Amino acid sequence: MPGHQPPHKELPEASSTPVNKGITRRGFLKGAGITAAGTALLDGVHGLQQEAHGATTRDVKEYGPEAFPVTLNINGTERALHVEPRTTLAEALRIGLGMTGTKISCDRGVCSSCTVWLDKMPVNSCMTLAVDAIGHHVTTIEGLSNDSEVHPVQAAFVRHDAMQCGFCTPGMVMSCAALIERNPHPTEVDVRVAISGNLCRCGTYPKVFAATLDAAGQHASKA
Amino acid sequence: MATHTSHSIPDALLSAAADTTDASMRTATMPIGIPGFTLREEQRTMPASEPPVWPINKDLSYVGKPQERWDGAAKAAGRARYTADVQLPGMLYARFVNSTVPHAKVLSIDTSAAESFPGVKSVHVIEKLLGGAVLRDPALEQNRYPLVRYVGQPIAAVAATSPQAAEDAAAKIKVTYETLPFVVDMNLAREQNAPLVFPGAADQAGTAGGGGSASGIPQTGNVHGPAVRKQGDAEQGFKEADVIVDAHYTTQVQTHSALETHGVVADWKPDLLTVYASTQGTASVREELAAYFQLPMSKVRVITEFMGGGFGAKFGAGNPGVVAATLSRKAGAPVRLMLDRQEEHLSVGNRPSSDQRLRIGAKKDGTITAIQLISFGTAGCGTGAGCAGPASNLYKWATLHVEENDVFINAGPAAAFRAPGHPQGAFALEQSIDELAARLNMDSLDLRDRIDENPVRRVQRQIIRDSAIWKSRNPRANADAGPIKRGIGLSQSIWYRHLTMDSAAEVRVHKDGSVEVLSAVQDIGSGIKTVLAQILAEQFGVPPAQVEVKIGDTNYPVGPNSGGSVTTASLTPAVRDAAWQAAQKFLTSVAPALGAKASDLTLTDGMVRSTSGKFQPISFRSAAAKMDTNQVSAQSKRIPDYDPKKYDTYGGVDVAEVAVDTETGRIHVKHVLAVHDCGRPMNPAGVISQINGGVIQGISYTLFEHRLIDPNYGIMVNSNLDKYKIAGSYEVPTIEVQLTESYIGQSSTDASGIGEAAGIISAGAAIANAFYNATGVRIRQLPMTPAVVLAALNQPQPQMEAL
Repeated sequence: MPGHQPPHKELPEASSTPVNKGITRRGFLKGAGITAAGTALLDGVHGLQQEAHGATTRDVKEYGPEAFPVTLNINGTERALHVEPRTTLAEALRIGLGMTGTKISCDRGVCSSCTVWLDKMPVNSCMTLAVDAIGHHVTTIEGLSNDSEVHPVQAAFVRHDAMQCGFCTPGMVMSCAALIERNPHPTEVDVRVAISGNLCRCGTYPKVFAATLDAAGQHASKA
Repeated sequence: MATHTSHSIPDALLSAAADTTDASMRTATMPIGIPGFTLREEQRTMPASEPPVWPINKDLSYVGKPQERWDGAAKAAGRARYTADVQLPGMLYARFVNSTVPHAKVLSIDTSAAESFPGVKSVHVIEKLLGGAVLRDPALEQNRYPLVRYVGQPIAAVAATSPQAAEDAAAKIKVTYETLPFVVDMNLAREQNAPLVFPGAADQAGTAGGGGSASGIPQTGNVHGPAVRKQGDAEQGFKEADVIVDAHYTTQVQTHSALETHGVVADWKPDLLTVYASTQGTASVREELAAYFQLPMSKVRVITEFMGGGFGAKFGAGNPGVVAATLSRKAGAPVRLMLDRQEEHLSVGNRPSSDQRLRIGAKKDGTITAIQLISFGTAGCGTGAGCAGPASNLYKWATLHVEENDVFINAGPAAAFRAPGHPQGAFALEQSIDELAARLNMDSLDLRDRIDENPVRRVQRQIIRDSAIWKSRNPRANADAGPIKRGIGLSQSIWYRHLTMDSAAEVRVHKDGSVEVLSAVQDIGSGIKTVLAQILAEQFGVPPAQVEVKIGDTNYPVGPNSGGSVTTASLTPAVRDAAWQAAQKFLTSVAPALGAKASDLTLTDGMVRSTSGKFQPISFRSAAAKMDTNQVSAQSKRIPDYDPKKYDTYGGVDVAEVAVDTETGRIHVKHVLAVHDCGRPMNPAGVISQINGGVIQGISYTLFEHRLIDPNYGIMVNSNLDKYKIAGSYEVPTIEVQLTESYIGQSSTDASGIGEAAGIISAGAAIANAFYNATGVRIRQLPMTPAVVLAALNQPQPQMEAL
């Protein structure tokens, strides 16, 4: 694996099938506006149940409505914090842990400024409950690069000036980096699909396309 | 050197350079015109203290070369700290309580349940509302609470220990309304018996970014206007015309939709009010807070490290600023108040709509004998819907008659929005000019050559004539046989040379060879930090990344508010002057150790040289170690343009290629060629980014965006980004940008801005003209949604008679 991998010990392999943005049946039924399709939310609920002292279906421990302690794996580190059942992952990161690289803009799963990875899948952290992240590896913009090397997508964003005000940039970077992780040779159409949920009001898209394709080239040549 | 300055007393900021404006002058030769086209030299007279004239970009080292964004790595890594990211010890979180009705008198507000809610530290009921138009006679409305004029108007606010507690507590505040009849449709609001938004005449002042209107304009019912401008006898002009193009255009309300909402973190301490603000003007926020709370300017500090987009809507403290400061004072703790997305759509600004009747009269040779524009538009409960800029200023006319009207409705007040009035005005004007060309059997570029006197746009049109995209255009409209029709069209744009003289900076040189620039100016995403670093790099010969840029803090010398494309044009000469003066002080400081006179020394390309050859050139850093003091610094302020009589406008020409699906009504913008002018481009990479953005925002305005208000309830029905569609990655065409590097000899940098002129003004008309080229049908309504397109295609088109 390339040297810029986030510091996860054991990451599941990226799905070999392209990940579609949009609504999946399960995601829709769950009423969750996740950016990418997947099973993360349901798994997260299982994680919480498992954590509830191996509870049986009859003896489920209820949490809330007040805040209660949880442990989340953020960028490879176990972090303890208090959340309410309604606390979103974005709020837990920003307010609970002071990790403000993840931005909240629409708070409704439309703009993807809040994109983080749940395992390797990009999700809108404003539409993911903090408790649903239990048992998963959460990667945020702060954890994308390791100490010795900047992630090629971040470096390419700077080289190509793929940002203006920069408020959408962390989310854009997370979506584009996830694309490269699962598809080392993307086309421009692939990039457009990968960031179809990421809004940029400054209109920096053309340079995001160029930066991501450039990063993919560098990434592929190192792999 | 003092860094704490009051921006109300500009004289206090006058530096060595400005001090000499009345003293000795000198004359220098400056490059003028466009390299490769019209470059020549002209003389300009300037203060003798001005730095040497810069050559054109190709002969400079850092300025004019594409540079990586100075703070790019911080933004890409998530380290950039925006207002909502500021976390202070003991900080509280605030929420507004907003009106749920469009027009009402507030009878009572019960805050008791909120005040006793766990975690709540302070509650504030608004008795003085900011924003929107203000009654000329305030006695017409006398109530403890401001009258509610739109859904989403802030009424009260709560600060608590968590965002959830603030939200829950805010929901417990009970507001009792006496509801009043309301109107949210502009056409209904113009009718004689329409409910009145204001009981008398009302006006809204403009901001640094434009918007608002002049005071003293007549008002009848909800119609605030007309503001009239007449030059010559337009009726006579129409009589003399061989052709008259007479058309009616409408455009919608657009919301700014910056990704970072409005908001502040306010920290009220007895000796200092510190406010972190998402603003386009640290100066404007300080000014409004000082005035509102009657504090000395020196007791208010405003900080904007990073800000997530404004587009004209973020000037002054506004309601979020004064309410957060009040809550902080009451609670004795810092307060963060960020709007949510719905509030952002409802209460902090929008681009007004327009309804324009435009008549253009012309002779057979294209000479315009008369332009008449009668416009109505709604800026909600504010003013600023005028859109006559393009019709008045883009072309040469013999006579002009303009009447602009604002129509009040029960909706949130407009704010300046990127090139206020111009996208609306150009949408109408540039379609009518194309129609005129068709009527006259003239090529649309040839007609513009005849009636447009701007020398830069003349060159830009030549670039377009020579471009592959324009050469591929079939001049015959509706030439494609299939259901998907291709078309190419163009539009011109215009903006103005606005300057803010309160633009100052300090440059420091340290003994270790480090250099820094300080200014209160804020970087709103346009990249001024990078440009300032380039100026110091050019002066001291160190790479821009090694220059320290400290901005976005009113503790530094006053900076311009970033609106109307003023920042680069206003601030960069002050920074270059300060850098030049600091360099001279530096040479004086090292001269004794080098055994030379300061007048014998020069600093170029990062080397200190002796003109008389007294010593071998040594590097700037080595020379700095020989300074006889730890730091030299110089502060400078913008001096007037060298030849202010030359009032210059800027502009561009944009070409759009569209594919129209005549079965579904969808318009796909495939390709845009944007040819633009921003004087000397300081950082072409950043300029191109801004133009890409203007083009995309313009496409978004043209095809998608539309604020919709339910006429039965007065509620905006699409007040989040899921229903208020803005352009995303699928809608972005291939964008080709060409900069016409254009010198006008006005300042020590000769740079200008690009924010307004970039694409947003001309996208609508370029797409509409391309649509006509594709289909032979005119669309005079925005946004051009599939329903609008299909309706236009199904309407019988009047046959135009050519001369």
